Amino acid sequence: MPRPTLGPAVAAALLFAGSAMAQDQSIIIQSTTSTANSGLYDYLLPIFQDQTGIKVNVVAVGTGQAIRNAENCDGDVLLVHAKPSEEAFVAAGFGTERTDLMYNDFVIVGPAEDPADVDGMDDVQGALMEIAVNSALFASRGDDSGTHKKEMALWADSGVDPTAASGEWYRETGSGMGATLNAGIGMGAYVMTDRATWISFANKQDYAIKVQGDADMFNQYGVIPVNPEKCPSVNIAAARTFADWLLSGAGQEAIGAYKVADQQLFFPNAPDN
Amino acid sequence: MQSIIDALGLAFALVFSADADLLEIVLLSLRVSLTAAAVACVIGLPIGALVAIGRFRGRNAVLIVMNALMGLPPVVVGLLVYLHLSRSGPLGFLGLLYTPTAMIIAQTILIAPIVAALSRQVLEDLHAEYAEQFRSLCLTRIQTVRALIWDARYSLLTVGLAGFGRAVAEVGAVIIVGGNIDHMTRVMTTAIALETSRGDLALALALGIILLVISLGVNAAVQSVRMTAARQAYV
Repeated sequence: MPRPTLGPAVAAALLFAGSAMAQDQSIIIQSTTSTANSGLYDYLLPIFQDQTGIKVNVVAVGTGQAIRNAENCDGDVLLVHAKPSEEAFVAAGFGTERTDLMYNDFVIVGPAEDPADVDGMDDVQGALMEIAVNSALFASRGDDSGTHKKEMALWADSGVDPTAASGEWYRETGSGMGATLNAGIGMGAYVMTDRATWISFANKQDYAIKVQGDADMFNQYGVIPVNPEKCPSVNIAAARTFADWLLSGAGQEAIGAYKVADQQLFFPNAPDN
Repeated sequence: MQSIIDALGLAFALVFSADADLLEIVLLSLRVSLTAAAVACVIGLPIGALVAIGRFRGRNAVLIVMNALMGLPPVVVGLLVYLHLSRSGPLGFLGLLYTPTAMIIAQTILIAPIVAALSRQVLEDLHAEYAEQFRSLCLTRIQTVRALIWDARYSLLTVGLAGFGRAVAEVGAVIIVGGNIDHMTRVMTTAIALETSRGDLALALALGIILLVISLGVNAAVQSVRMTAARQAYV
């Protein structure tokens, strides 16, 4: 699909915005938490605002809630990480189009004593099975977020139904990534998290990454402008400008340049790049 | 234990650095919650007063409902306000979601019942003392309400403070309708929730300490107004 370049998009934004420009030049992104909690937006958004004058306001919630909020027209851009749900969102007419933006991966973190003895495993299904067989504590998001959906898919692959042990060794916190990490670390449970949140998480205690490197733990982020046909309140020009910038050479370079503790958190992989 | 000591140090460092971001968050917290408390008083006091002096059918039911609403869960209020203010909701055209106004609305709904129920109790007790006198003076209902509210003004200040305390301390409602947007709708409690989820427990706790100090400051200010006024009354 041909994507408008930055110049015309900005021109279009100026044209459409007209007299109400001052207030129209801000948009809301409904976002997953990992991109916000890891500080990526704090790094990216000032660069974008400098170049375009558009202020981007971030509402960071779980992917499931972000999608529902966007379906209620309470945002201009959706930036989440659950491809099937994103495609359903576009198919239902709520988004104009979905584009791969960047990726990182999921990891399973656990306490130093490693009760299920999974340290160093790179077979995630095998590791989950070990955790289940040993009835080792596992803290799940349980909140319909992108991470939770991914976790449930991995459990299904491993042939274990952890929800049968809900409240026993399988603990569903029903909260965000950070809250679940805090809870898991508090009770000595394994937790599956995206790498970006883990690297920038400050309350690690004796926890470390135990399972990583399985191709199935790939974590793809996508960006979707909200469709003005469904949501007339959307500032589509500014939303497109933002999405296009993220997917452009400049945006992709900025994403790749963001580091915490000398580690790159997100790997840009927009098409045409 | 270590993180509590760290937090205290960090709280002091934050306050003395006069961090612009922190100041913005503190001022927004005060603006939202003080406004909500004021609006809740405007709504809640007259309702409390009317129920206090009124004798009508179903009054007991009203009392029970009013008292029960003091226990409104903030997250439920947040959801209700979200559903109304959402672009797809009945009031979506106002474009108020994710603004401080939305946060004020949610907190007002949360604390108006507290103001109404507590002021009802205060005014009813006072009315029991003055009822005979009011009757002998043939005061209208409005005059009675005015006299009662004026006479109980210092007790009612405490009622207002209870409302403010509830508003400034809650996170469930403002995080849903405000969205915790940086430089726009981030207040003390949502900032604390954010730092907790980032695992920065010391910073979260430091912000909590600052919130507590602010709450102390507001209460001390009101208390001093009250004492000054009381002194003058006896001069």
